[in-house]
Formats: sequence, C-alpha cells, structure tokens
Amino acid sequence: MIMFEEMSKHPSGWLSGQGEESMVVLSSRVRLARNLSGVAFPSAAGSDTKEKVVGYFESARSHSDKLSQGTLVKAGELSQLDKEFLVERHLMSPTFMQDDGFGALYVGENEQVAIMINEEDHFRIQALAPGLNASKALQLAGEYDNEIGKYLELDYDPDFGFLTACPTNVGTGMRASVLIHLPGLVITKDIEKVISKITKMGVVVRGFYGEGTDVLGNLFQISNQTTLGISEKEILDMITGVAKSIIEDEAAARQRLMDEASNQIVDKIWRAYGILKFARVLTSEEVMNLLSAVRLGVAMGIIDFINIPLINEILLLSQPAHIQKYLAEEMNPDRRDVVRAEIVRTKLQQSQN
Amino acid sequence: MVCQDCKKQQATVHLTQIVNNEKVVLSLCKDCAAKRGFHSPLDNVPFPLAEILSGLIQQQFTPKGQSDDMPDLKCPGCGLTFTEFTHQGRFGCGECYKTFRAQLEPIMRRIHGSSMHKGKLPVGEAAQTLPIKEEERLESELKKAIDGEDFERAADLRDKLKAFKESMLATKGGN
Repeated sequence: MIMFEEMSKHPSGWLSGQGEESMVVLSSRVRLARNLSGVAFPSAAGSDTKEKVVGYFESARSHSDKLSQGTLVKAGELSQLDKEFLVERHLMSPTFMQDDGFGALYVGENEQVAIMINEEDHFRIQALAPGLNASKALQLAGEYDNEIGKYLELDYDPDFGFLTACPTNVGTGMRASVLIHLPGLVITKDIEKVISKITKMGVVVRGFYGEGTDVLGNLFQISNQTTLGISEKEILDMITGVAKSIIEDEAAARQRLMDEASNQIVDKIWRAYGILKFARVLTSEEVMNLLSAVRLGVAMGIIDFINIPLINEILLLSQPAHIQKYLAEEMNPDRRDVVRAEIVRTKLQQSQN
Repeated sequence: MVCQDCKKQQATVHLTQIVNNEKVVLSLCKDCAAKRGFHSPLDNVPFPLAEILSGLIQQQFTPKGQSDDMPDLKCPGCGLTFTEFTHQGRFGCGECYKTFRAQLEPIMRRIHGSSMHKGKLPVGEAAQTLPIKEEERLESELKKAIDGEDFERAADLRDKLKAFKESMLATKGGN
C-alpha cells in the first residue's frame, strides 16, 4: 500500500515530542467505544452484518465533511505487514490484527484520530496527543463521536450509558491513557510500590502496546479502570492527576540516582549512546531499552545534542514493520537487525551536524 | 512464536542475556519466565478486570439465573442466554442490557462502583431530551426504586438527580 510507505518516512504526529511534560510523557490517548443501535456486536455478528456496519460508516462519511477527509481502509485489503505497521504506529490494536477481514480502519487528522470498525465494538474512536494532554485527545475523539452520532443512531441506555460488548467499558465507553517513561523508578525498584499505590486509585498499568503486553524500554501505560458512574471530565482529571503524581515520583527517583550513583548512571547513559551510535546489529528490543537510557540522558541534560523528537523517531522507525516499510522490502529478522543498526547510526549522525 | 520451554503457550517475554560472552535470546511464556526467575514489574498487578469478571459473575449470580423453576434468561435480540454471558463476559447486542437489567445492576456496581451512567449523552438524544423531561424521568425512577426497596439504586439515582440539577443551574448561571 503506497500510503504506508509514505507514512513510514514521517514520525506520527503524536510522537512530536511537544506538549506538556514531554520529557517524561510520550503521548496521551482517549478511546471511546460506541455501537450502533439494533445491530449485533461484532463478536456475535455474521460477516454480512459486519459488512453492513462498515457500509453505515461509509454512508456517514459520504454525508460528513469531517469524516470524508481521512482515509478508510478495509482490513481485508491489508497485508500482515501493513497491520503490524499500523499496530506499531498505535493506529490499530493488536487484537484487531487477528480480524477476519470484515473490519475497517479510518485514519484522520494527520494520524491523531483513528477509528477501528468491528473490533470488539462497532466503533472504537481513538485520539492521540503528544505529551500530557488527555483533554486535547478527549476533545478530538468527542468531535468524531458527535460526527458519527449525527448520522448514525448509537446504542445508549439512560441508566447504563453507551452500551458496549464488554461490561467493563459501558457508560462513557471511555479509556484515557498516558504513555509514560519511568527509568528512574525501574532502576531504583520503586516502580512496584508506585504501581501498587496507583492501582488502588482506580488506575490500570500496562506495557507499551496496551493490554497483556510486557514492559519495553521502561515505557508504561496508565489508564482508567472504570467507565460507569464517572463522567468524562472526572476520568480526565483522575488520569492527569495520577500521571502528575507519578512524574513527581520519577523526578525524585532520578534525583536519588544522581545523588547516590551518578557515575554509574552517567556511564549507563553514555554506554547506551555508544552502542546505538556504533553497533552493526541491533534488535528492536535492544534499541528500545538503549533509547530509554538515552532519553533519560536527554531529560537530565547529560546529553545535550539530541532532542526528544529524534528519540521518538528512532523508536518508531526501528520497529520491525517500520524498517520493512521504510525500505519497502520484506526482510528476515537477521537482515532487519543489520538495517536497523544502519538507520539508527544514520539518524544519530544527523543530530550532530 | 511459542515458548521455547513448554512449547505450548505463546511467548510474550523476550530476554537477551550475555552468558560467557555469548548472546542468548530467550523467548518464553509468562509462566516459564517466572519459573526461571524473571519477573516483570507488572506481575503483581491484579488480573485485568475483564478476565476476573466471568469468574465473579459465575460465583455470585449463576444460582439465581439457573434455578430449576426459573428458565435461563435469553436475549430476544441475539439469542445469548444469561448463563452464556457469565461464561464469556461479553454481550451479543445492546438488547442484552435490557434483558439482563436486573441481574446486571449488582454486577455493574461490582465492576464500576456504580450502576448509573453519568456523563455524555448521544448527540441525537441530547437534542431530544428536554432537561425538564430528564428530571421527571429521574424522579419517577427514584420513586420506583424506593418503593421497590432497592436502596442502592435509589442512592445512585439521587446522586444523579442532584448532579443533574446542579449542572442545569450551572448552565443557567453561565448564560
């Protein structure tokens, strides 16, 4: 698909490194789950019903100036590599990848908005914003929700709110999450304390790619647990408040590291930079973990010639599907590791000129 | 990729180790990684809600729905029975919520700490629902709940009514 090869050359807008707290928070995301009234949820629907749902969305698009601006792709037209690429860009969930081909994906607003059609719910409207800015993400997602609601009747119950396939999403259907970089808390091993503290506050903690994933590169995702009996604004305030308290904990951990083991920390950061700069073979996990150390170095002012947008760009470009899209060829993992090291070297070289 | 230890489960833990100057990459499932002593900081986090949900519903509510003299509830919209719902933890359609409403209220309270939506209305609905109508509806629901001695629902409704009245006042004040 031409569009993806072109996309792969630019970092996603949500990784621009701008926004509040961008030294610690990569991005904020809001997802709204919505279903059509009187239509079986995707898990209980046959292929003809699912096709109809995509058709309803297409007809809403044809009436709406806003919706007609983005791109709509049908899952059946996507290769495995396309899907992996979209998951890496956070435009699609890993679950949606195993879709039977009757789903579709809408991408708009320079990749800040994505709508998965026929995932667990008919519509999963997602908006991303760089830095700590969940309110911007909610505003964007809300605009698309309203736009769909203008043309299609959404399933809603006065008591239970917006109806969803899973009872854990009902009500607002809203999940707000913040992707946050916590190397200080991981190194000092305070992370477990912090996680157990915040999980008592109605917050869920996950790895980089969301549900069921492991922690890579010290990146954590925090999101709200409940969706019913709590308003959108309350969810926003809660998640932003928790994120701010974690940012403080992280700052304290970094300070402690510098007070107690500054030589080791500075050494770790420069070694990570050295490996990225000179290695000839790099796996994507390795890059994620080394970039975490470099990001820490940049945030603490130890490395001053690299900026956060460049780190984000390398983070995204070094993912397996991105490498293949970037060079427009499919590669085996061994070849990828060589190409990845090349790309990382080139990008870091540019930063010094 | 399957786990290289048990060769059954999906490998989700990927570890790179340097042993005797040789790089060893391990691909393990969570269980086998734990056996080898590798823990993720997320290990101690309670299970995702969705996973514990089906267990919770079964323990708490199945006997009621399945008693001999009472047939299992079945959604007219999609054919899902309440028992099936307790197993899969997912609804088949929006109609399920109406069909299982009585059973769902305590479940929602367990999951969310509330069984009453507070927040955005659909755009169409918001335009149709006149504030005065919504207030009347909440008041009559509240009265029903009190008459039926469902005090938890009554408490939720009272909160909602209060919040609704406050939001109406705030809108008026703002204009």
